[in-house]
Amino acid sequence: MIVVRDLRKSFGEVRAVNGVSFEARDGEITGLLGPNGAGKTTTLRMLYSLLPPDAGEILIDGLDPTRDAMEIKRTLGVVPDNRGLYSRLTARENISYYGELHGLSRQQISERIRELVETLDMVDFIDRRTEGFSQGQRVKVAIARAMVHEPQTVLLDEPSNGLDVMSTRALRDYVRSLRSAGRSVVLSTHIMQEVAALCDRIVIIAKGEVAADGTAAELLARAGCDSLEDAFVRLIGSEEGLLA
Amino acid sequence: MRGLTTVFRKEVRENIRDRRALFNSLLLGPLLFPLLFVGMMWFLQSAEQERAEQPLELPVVGAGYAPNLMRYLEQQGAIIQPEPEDPEAMVRNQETPVVIRILPEFPERWDEGLPAPVEVIMDPSRQESNTAIRRVKGLLLGYGQRIGSLRLQLRGVSPQIASPVMLKDVDLSTAKSRAILAVIFLPYVLMITAFTGATHLAMDTTAGEKERKSLEPLLINPVPRWQIMTGKMLTTTAFAMASLALTLVSFRIVLPYMPIGAFGMDLTLGLMTLLRILLVISPVAILAAALLTLLASFAKSYREAQSYMGLVILIPMIPSLIFMANPIRAEAWMMTIPLFSQNILIGEIIREESVALTWYAMSVTSTLVIGLTLAVLAATLYNRPRLIFSGS
Repeated sequence: MIVVRDLRKSFGEVRAVNGVSFEARDGEITGLLGPNGAGKTTTLRMLYSLLPPDAGEILIDGLDPTRDAMEIKRTLGVVPDNRGLYSRLTARENISYYGELHGLSRQQISERIRELVETLDMVDFIDRRTEGFSQGQRVKVAIARAMVHEPQTVLLDEPSNGLDVMSTRALRDYVRSLRSAGRSVVLSTHIMQEVAALCDRIVIIAKGEVAADGTAAELLARAGCDSLEDAFVRLIGSEEGLLA
Repeated sequence: MRGLTTVFRKEVRENIRDRRALFNSLLLGPLLFPLLFVGMMWFLQSAEQERAEQPLELPVVGAGYAPNLMRYLEQQGAIIQPEPEDPEAMVRNQETPVVIRILPEFPERWDEGLPAPVEVIMDPSRQESNTAIRRVKGLLLGYGQRIGSLRLQLRGVSPQIASPVMLKDVDLSTAKSRAILAVIFLPYVLMITAFTGATHLAMDTTAGEKERKSLEPLLINPVPRWQIMTGKMLTTTAFAMASLALTLVSFRIVLPYMPIGAFGMDLTLGLMTLLRILLVISPVAILAAALLTLLASFAKSYREAQSYMGLVILIPMIPSLIFMANPIRAEAWMMTIPLFSQNILIGEIIREESVALTWYAMSVTSTLVIGLTLAVLAATLYNRPRLIFSGS
């Protein structure tokens, strides 16, 4: 469960996040939807405590990232936009590294990897070096790495970037399985179909502010549109970023 | 500390698989420097020998004024060349290293028993002509002494009268201490090796990690940042140390092949000597790892980090160059200056002089204090979000 209230962050003159509030409940998938540069990544960075907020409050399962950074990091699983795998390590070594950093025992790690290999269908490449992996394989390794310590809260930044149709389907199935397991899932994206297909609640962010939030049906009703895409344009008040 | 060792193990494993790291840290320094040096010595030695053994071709202006001198020179192996038209131009154009000119007043002054003038036309700023100049001057002086002795004897005076002082060299240098002349470069090479051995790792583990976008997810793990950075710096130190150890071993193998027979030097580096040198230099590896990590952490990319390193590599050269240009007697206070103290100590170790333990302690401590201060700075650097995200 994530509660964000009136979050603010400026870089010099630029107000990247300017009063963002939302909730992400357990057993739900919350989508942060917004054009490129809307402040989604900055918001996520404050959630996983790499950036201190200028003002506002964040509570993740009752913990504040500015005060309990170490505790929060234990309960978070993060799949960053750029994946950031080590190309000279095998997929298994990449995942083990994070397991060890989380303080898991060797046995726990190998047990977890066995489960993840099965769930994410990674048998073919688990012991290959990640150099030259396809985008789909990279995302799977990045997800396995983020999930090795079974986090309650999962943050995914642009998870389907660069994925083909089959990989996207597999990814969506996996994210839904996280929801079924009762986890709180937040994904940030600029892709309309993604939120429409996956998210229980949608938070539309534009220019560092929340333009609207609610279920897909609520947003359609509020904007008086038939399609989410039209609703999105109406709600953020411009077509900026849609072509990106 | 679990996080620290995890990071250390992972970085070692990852970099052992990196050909660039292996080449830069473990191959370049240990192979290149010793071979370069020995090769250079061979080349210098053989070029010098060639010049010394070559028949001396000597153009002479006004040979007719001093036929006896010419005969003497020819007896000594010089080949007298015909008179050149413009001897100064000939030397200036490097057609010949040296020309002598017998001035017209030579015979007259000779007969009167006055010093008779001979000009040696040369350009000593051209190093390659120095051997020839030395040989010509040596021959001329030898001739002068010989005639001087004869003249005294003719007048019934013992030539010894003209040598009131007799110089005798009492040489206290040993085969070991003379070796320092040949290996004065060694401290210098080792300083550079400590830095080159650390450079690639320092850049790859910080700027490289940032460039590959793996720094941000790494820092989301529940491990304090100082432990992550310290694990990285330990890896860098380990590679720098390995680089140093390999370089020393490589010198031990290669030095006996140096062409130094004639100088009576003993160039074998014993095991104890190697270990002592390694002990003295290892704080430099820590200093280098900390300094380079600190600098590379500011860079957005490997390439940007590389542009800083060109300047940093000059740092270890400074003390060595000062010491080579202006050798001074070692004193205790010098032991407090990192890099400088190691220079002096390694010299003393090779000479097999006994060095006070306090000197070792001062050198190690002062270098460690500065190295660890830099390490603490580097370890806290990623507490600034701006440095984590720069470049993204």
